[in-house]
Amino acid sequence: MSGANRIAGAGRLTPARTARFTFDGKSYEALEGDTVASALLANGVHLVGRSFKYHRPRGILSAGAEEPNALIDVERDAARKQPNVRATVQEVFDGATISSQNRWPSLAFDVGGINNLLSPFFAAGFYYKTFMWPKAAWEKFYEPRIRAAAGLGVAPTQADTDHYTNRFAHCDVLVVGAGVAGLSAALAAAETGARVILCDEQPEVGGALHYDKSVKIDGQDGFAWAQATAARLAAMDNVTVLTRTTAFGYYAQNFVVLAERVTEHLARPDRKLPRERMWQVRAKRVVLATGAIERHMVFANNDRPGVMLASAARTYLNHFGVAVGKKVGVYTANDSAYEAAFDLHRAGVRIAAIVDNRAKPGEGVLAEARSLGIEVLTGHSVIDTKGHRRVNSMTIARNGGGGKRTIAIDALIMSAGWTPSVHLFSQSRGKVAYNAETGQFLPGTYAQDCLSVGACNGTNGLQATVEEALAAGELMARATGSKAGGKVEIRAENAFEWTGGMAGAAEGAGANDNVKAFIDFQNDVCAKDIRLAVREGMHSIEHIKRFTTNGMATDQGKLSNIHGLAIAAETLGRDIPKVGLTTFRAPYTPVTYGTIINHSRGELFDPTRKTPMHAWEEAHGAVFEDVGQWKRAWYYPRAGETMHEAVSRECKTVRDVAGVFDASTLGKIEVVGPDAAEFLNLMYTNAWDTLKPGRCRYGIMLREDGYVYDDGVVGRIAEDRFHVTTTTGGAPRVMNHMEDYLQTEFPHLKVWLTSTTEQWAVIAVQGPKAREIIAPLVEGIDISNEAFPHMSVREGKICGVPTRLFRMSFTGETGFEVNVPADYGQAVWEAIWARAEPMGACAYGTETMHVLRAEKGYIIVGQDTDGTVTPFDAGVGWAVSKKKTDFVGIRGLKRPDLVAEGRKQLVGLKTKDPTVVLEEGAHIVADPNQPIPMKMLGHVTSSYWSSNCGHSIALALVAGGQARMGQTLYVPMPDRTIAVEVTDMVFIDKEGARLNG
Amino acid sequence: MAEQALRKAPLGGFNGGSAAAHVSAAAPATRLSLRAAPDAVAALSKALGLDLPTRPKTSASAKGQHALWLGPDEWLLIDEQGADLAAVAAKSGVLHSAVDVSHRNTAILVAGPKAAQAIASASPHDLSASAFPVGACARTVLGKIEVVIYRAGEQEYRVECWRSFSPYAFGVLAEGAEDAAH
Repeated sequence: MSGANRIAGAGRLTPARTARFTFDGKSYEALEGDTVASALLANGVHLVGRSFKYHRPRGILSAGAEEPNALIDVERDAARKQPNVRATVQEVFDGATISSQNRWPSLAFDVGGINNLLSPFFAAGFYYKTFMWPKAAWEKFYEPRIRAAAGLGVAPTQADTDHYTNRFAHCDVLVVGAGVAGLSAALAAAETGARVILCDEQPEVGGALHYDKSVKIDGQDGFAWAQATAARLAAMDNVTVLTRTTAFGYYAQNFVVLAERVTEHLARPDRKLPRERMWQVRAKRVVLATGAIERHMVFANNDRPGVMLASAARTYLNHFGVAVGKKVGVYTANDSAYEAAFDLHRAGVRIAAIVDNRAKPGEGVLAEARSLGIEVLTGHSVIDTKGHRRVNSMTIARNGGGGKRTIAIDALIMSAGWTPSVHLFSQSRGKVAYNAETGQFLPGTYAQDCLSVGACNGTNGLQATVEEALAAGELMARATGSKAGGKVEIRAENAFEWTGGMAGAAEGAGANDNVKAFIDFQNDVCAKDIRLAVREGMHSIEHIKRFTTNGMATDQGKLSNIHGLAIAAETLGRDIPKVGLTTFRAPYTPVTYGTIINHSRGELFDPTRKTPMHAWEEAHGAVFEDVGQWKRAWYYPRAGETMHEAVSRECKTVRDVAGVFDASTLGKIEVVGPDAAEFLNLMYTNAWDTLKPGRCRYGIMLREDGYVYDDGVVGRIAEDRFHVTTTTGGAPRVMNHMEDYLQTEFPHLKVWLTSTTEQWAVIAVQGPKAREIIAPLVEGIDISNEAFPHMSVREGKICGVPTRLFRMSFTGETGFEVNVPADYGQAVWEAIWARAEPMGACAYGTETMHVLRAEKGYIIVGQDTDGTVTPFDAGVGWAVSKKKTDFVGIRGLKRPDLVAEGRKQLVGLKTKDPTVVLEEGAHIVADPNQPIPMKMLGHVTSSYWSSNCGHSIALALVAGGQARMGQTLYVPMPDRTIAVEVTDMVFIDKEGARLNG
Repeated sequence: MAEQALRKAPLGGFNGGSAAAHVSAAAPATRLSLRAAPDAVAALSKALGLDLPTRPKTSASAKGQHALWLGPDEWLLIDEQGADLAAVAAKSGVLHSAVDVSHRNTAILVAGPKAAQAIASASPHDLSASAFPVGACARTVLGKIEVVIYRAGEQEYRVECWRSFSPYAFGVLAEGAEDAAH
C-alpha cells in the first residue's frame, strides 16, 4: 500500500502502479495518477510549506488550481527546476525531486517563524510605515533585506533545456472546462457538426465528478460517464479534446489562450516533445463551464496543516483513495461539507462533529447525518484550533456565547460555500452582477460571443446544469451555421441539492486585533487586516487590496477575494455590490515564460537576414555588424590586423586601386505607371519629370514637418518606370510612407509601388580601376565615361545574366553598382572578385564605406540627421526644387523656426591636432572656459581617422555652422579639451575629378 | 565573354520536417508582382491564359502557372516552368504594372497529413478545409515575417517569403512539423 492513509478499495488509482519520489530528501511511494499533494497526504505528510510573511507552518488546503499554501519546487535536473508549483496540480512521476520552499534551515524548524511572534509589528501596511526613517536607510538597509526575505521559490540559474511550442487554432465553439456542464455543452455542439475544442486543466475530465460519487448520468457512474463522453468526443473528426490544458487568458474577439502541459507528468519525457504547448484559439463562440471554487471558513488559526476544504478532502478520498485524517472535524456554512463527511464516515473515518454556523442546514443532509449517527452542532462556530505542525484540536462555541468545548481531531474540513469561477468571463470584459440571494457574483452583461453554464453561472442542480449546458452548446454551434444532428438528451441525478454559504468572517474570527483568522493564506492576510485597512481610510476595494495585499499572491485571491470583500463591506457598513470587486486579469493561473515565448528563442528569436553574398564574405574573413535584422560585412581583417588597420587599408585601397562592396541591403522600390514621375515629384524635394530615362538623381524625402526622412539615388529605367533606392534601415518605412500617401493623398495617380529590395543583389565596384574590373564582364552596355557618365543607369547583361547597371558613387570615386537578380549575386561577385583581386583591389565593409563617404561629406540619414534637420541644415538644400509648387514637406519647410537664423547646420570639423579622433556625440562649445553648464553649440555626428587625408575628419551639427567657416571651436571631454576648426564638409577631391573619371 | 553566372537559391537543398509534415525548398520559378485596375483584368486574363481571380483568398491555375489574389489590384503570378511573365502581361496592351520578383521570393513546400498544423505553429491564419480550401491563398504572417500561403492540394501548401527570411521561415516550419508529429 503506497502510504498508510490509503484506503483499500477507495479511489480510482491502480494500487499496483507505483512511483517513487522524494520530498525534502525523504523518499516516498506514490501511485500513478497521484498529485504531489495526494501522495504526501497518503504518506501522512500534512506540513508542506511556510507562509510568506509569518512563516507559519502550512498544509494542503485544496485539491486544485486554487491552492495558496502547498507551493513546491519540482526538479528534474539543475536546468529543469521549477519553483512555486502547486502540489495539488503537479502529478507525481517516478524519480521526481520535490522540495518545500520559504523555510530555513528546514521545514519543521524554520528560523523565519520568529515573524509569527513578531506579528504585532507586521500589521497590514507596515511596509508603508515602518521603513520610513531614517530616509537613507531605505536604499542601503531596508530594501536589500526585504528583497532577500521576499519571494517564495528560487529560480534556476541555468538556461532552460526544455522546448516549448505553439499552435494557432480556429473553431466554431470553444468549451472551457470539462465537468458535467462542459462535456454536455461540447457534446451538444459537436453533434451539430461544428468544430469544437474542449479543454480542461486537469489530467482527466470530470471536474466535480472527481469527488461527487453520488452522481449517476444516463444510468452510469458520473466519472465513468465523463471519461466515456470525452472518448466519444475525441473520436469525432470535428472535436479536439485537450486535458492538462488551462485556458488562462480571454482577449478581444474571442481570442482565448491555453497552456497545455505536455510532459510535466512524465518520468522520462521524449525530448522531442515540448514541455508545454501554447494554443492561441480564435473561437466563433465560447462556452465557459469553469465551475466554482469552494471557500474556506474564516476563524482563528484556520491555517494549521490538516485544515482543508471539504471538497478537497472528498477528492482525496473518492479519487485518490486517501483519508485526510482518522478523526475529522467538519466546520461549515454550506451543505456540501456534509457530503464530504458522509463519504469519509462510510470509508471508516471518524467524524468528530459537524459544526454548522447556520441555524438551519439543508433538511436532506441533516437527516442523513442523523441516520449515520454523526453529531451535528447547528448555530455553532469553531473559535480556535491547536496543533503546531498539524491540527490536533478544535474549540467550538455556540453562536452568541456558551457551549464552549474542545474536541480532539487530526483534520478539519470546511466549507463556506462556493465562488463561481467568473475569471475568464470577467477577462472577456463581461460585467458581473451580484446575486444577493446566493451571495454570488455571476455573469451579468456579456461583452463577447460567449455563454457561461453550470456552477460558474450560479446554476444549481445537476439536471438543470446539464440542460443549460446542452442548450448553450447547441445554440452556440447553430449560431455558427452548423446544421447537422438532433437534440442531445442526458439524464443526471445526484444525492442532495446544496443550500447555504457565507462570505466573510464567522464568529470565530473575533474582533480582537491579535486573532489570526486567515482570508488570504499565501500572503498572510487576516480578517483583522481588512478591518485595519478600512480604519486607516481605505474605502475602495482596490485600495484595500493593495494596502493588505489580499488577493495579490500567486493564487490571485481565488479563495480570499470574496471573504475580503465581505469583511470590507461589513466594516464600511455598505452593501457588497457597492464596494465592488477587484479586476480579474490574465493569466488565470501562472504560466511559464517558456510557453509564452515558445519557438521564439535561439535562431528563431528573430529573423537573421543575410545577403546573397554572405557565404563568400564569411569565407573571406569578414566581421559582420548588425544593421536592423541584416548581417552586413563590417570589415575584412587580414591575419594580425586590428579593425583600425583593416579599415585604414581598405580606405586607401579603394582610392588607390578599387574596392568591391556588398550593397544588397539598400532598400529598393520599383515605381511603375504613367504618373510615376509626378508621384515622385510629390514624394521627394527634387524634380523628377526632368530626369531622362537612363539617368539617376540623388533624392531627398521629407516628412510633412519639413525634416529629412530618407535619401537615396533614384534611376529612371523608362518613362514610366523608376528604380528607387532607400537607406537599409529605411526600406520598410519608406515603402509604407509612399504607399500611405499614394492611397490617402494621391489616389488619382496611376502608379504602383513594388518592393524589390530582395530581388536584386547589389555589388558596388568603386575606385580608379572600377571600370577596368567590370568591363569584360558587361555585355550590351557601353560603359565608357562618355557614353555612361556619372549618375547613369542601363539595362544589359553581366556574366550572361540580366543586370541593371548604375554608374554612381558613395565613395567619391568612379563607381558602378551592379544589380543582378539575387540568386546570381554570389556568382557575379566571384567573377568580379576574380578580376579585382589580381589588380590589387580589396573587398571592403560598411566601416570603410562610412569613412569614404565622410571624406566626401556625403551624409547618412539617421546618423548625421536626427529628425530635426532640414535639407538646408544638412547642406543639401540644392536638392530642393525651387520650381515645384507641391511636395511632402513643402509647407513645413516654410515654418518660421525652420527658416530662422542660427539653426544647427552640418559642417566639417578638423582637429587642430590631426591625430586626435573626436568622439561621435561629443558636444561643441565656443568658449571652453565658461562656467558649467556650458552653452552647447552642437555635437559631432560622424568622426573617423582618414588614412587618405592623413588626418582625422568629422561632421558636426553646429548652430549657425555655415557662417562659422574657419572658426576655432572646442570639444570639452572629461580629460581634456580638444580644439577644432570649422571647415567645409568635403575633405577630398572637392572638384569631383575622381568621381567623373 | 565571361562564363555564365550560376544560380544559387537561398535555401539550396533545405529539406526537413517530420512524417506528419515534410518541409522542403521549392524549385526556382518565375514570379511577377502584377498590379492593375479592374478594367484591365479581362485583357490581362486573356493574355495570361487564365482568369485573374477577383475574390479575396482565391487563385487561378493553368499549366503550372498560378495567379494568387493578394489585393483588389494586386496578384502574385508564379510560373513553375519559368515563363517570362512580364512579356506575356505586356501583350495585354492595357495599363498595368509588372515587376519581376522571381528572386525576391522563394518558396517552401509543406506537405503531409499534418501540413496545416505545421504552418499553424506560427501562422494565425485559419487553414481548415472550410475556410481555406485547395486553391486558397492569403498574404499573412508566419511568426515574425510576412508570407503568402497557397494551398496547392489537400495536404500540400506553398509558403512564399522574401529570400532573406527563408531560413527563419524554414526553421519555424520545421519546428512546427516536428510538433505536428506529436
